[in-house]
Amino acid sequence: MAKELGLHSWKEAALGGAIITPGNASELRTGDWRSSRPVVDYEKCIKCGRCYIICPDMVYTLKEDGYYELNYYYCKGCGICSEECPKDAIEMIEEGS
Amino acid sequence: MGKRVGMEVSIAAAEAVALIDVDVVAAYPITPQTHIVEHLSELVANGHLDAEFVPVESEHSAMSVCVGAAAAGARTFTSTSSQGYALMVEICYIASSMRLPIVMAVVNRALSAPISIWNDHSDMMLARDTGWIQTVAENGQEVVDLLIHAYRVAEDHRVLLPVMVNLDGFIVSHVIEPIELPSKEEVQKYLPPYKPLLKLDPKSPVTMGPVGVPEIYTEVKKAQDEAIKNSKKVILEAWEEFAKHFGRVYKPVETYRCEDAEIVILLMGSIAETAMRAIDTMRERGKRVGLARLRLFRPFPVEELVSVLKPVKAVAVIDRALGFNGYTGPLCAEVKTVLFNHALTPYVWNYIAGLGGRDVTVENFVEMVEMLEERAARKEPMGYEIINVRE
Repeated sequence: MAKELGLHSWKEAALGGAIITPGNASELRTGDWRSSRPVVDYEKCIKCGRCYIICPDMVYTLKEDGYYELNYYYCKGCGICSEECPKDAIEMIEEGS
Repeated sequence: MGKRVGMEVSIAAAEAVALIDVDVVAAYPITPQTHIVEHLSELVANGHLDAEFVPVESEHSAMSVCVGAAAAGARTFTSTSSQGYALMVEICYIASSMRLPIVMAVVNRALSAPISIWNDHSDMMLARDTGWIQTVAENGQEVVDLLIHAYRVAEDHRVLLPVMVNLDGFIVSHVIEPIELPSKEEVQKYLPPYKPLLKLDPKSPVTMGPVGVPEIYTEVKKAQDEAIKNSKKVILEAWEEFAKHFGRVYKPVETYRCEDAEIVILLMGSIAETAMRAIDTMRERGKRVGLARLRLFRPFPVEELVSVLKPVKAVAVIDRALGFNGYTGPLCAEVKTVLFNHALTPYVWNYIAGLGGRDVTVENFVEMVEMLEERAARKEPMGYEIINVRE
């Protein structure tokens, strides 16, 4: 999991909360309140990319081998990927279990 | 230095804004602010002021235009009163939170209902927590001077906050007073051109006023709170510089005959002049009474108040607005917080006076001080009352 980024001291806050570096929302860890996480069974995966397209955040990224890698830094555990996977290759596992 | 000429204060205020050379004026007319805006539109129309005058459809839009203009790097001005101010408040919070150095003259008028076009401070108190720096003028010359001072403070990179200059509706705004207007060159020497720290510029894109998620919002607010606290130093510096440039000396708290005072009347705005007359009368009768008038309301002038009130036995705090909380007017609540925080325990009585344009007379002040003394003598629990009200 990526290191926590995007959290600064109030002394470093941009004037009036402005965004002076475009795209800095990606620095914020938004995946800290899920109750279950998606786990991919790559034996079943057919590299269709549906999870990548449908994920409302930025959890899935394409690797060189055509499979998709998960970044839990952003995952809120919504389960859409698991619901929509045509091969039932994504299972939602309860956090802490 | 210019000549002293008789001039309506609203006209003088507009002339001052022209001397300040603002880039954008956006305003909607409302009594008793109207003359300021009317005169500014004339100055723009006849070419005396090279500015964009935006005749908007509401005060909400007036402040929104100011926010946009200031975000693009323009020096902006607006003015309003009462209901107009109430409609504007949503955007007032945004202006201060986005750290935009807008200056606004609020011509203080009572809030409805019942409808009143006359003066009190209920509009000013409505928005006391908007995060604007707030100054309060006593007379016309002070309005002009505080407006010039306001831009110097607002645009300082150590501050970058909007400033509101309050003046009493009609009692100050519509009165013809001797006013000394400086020349444009003199104003320019005191007030350098506005250089924004951040602005909307396609060559260097930024997003101003975005969402602040829970991980960020508190830090942005802390920075804003520190900014208004730290603005005090710049406000004082700017007044010191003002005295050097224009010869008039301003302080956060103005005092009158407080040196040996046992009782202090504490208030804001133009009724200070009546209070001074009353104090002279009471002094002749041997009463040790003084006046403390707040010129600076935000940030609250804590140190100055402590030094004025430390030796005092009793304080009459005059509010020009109700708090509707059942125990104090808004100004008195702030004063009591300062006293409590500094373990000072004078007897404090809070008078609500001059609501919706009712006159506050010399006799009223004399009576308020007498009642304060009686209450203090019989150790009546501290509280508030509306004066001059028919039973």
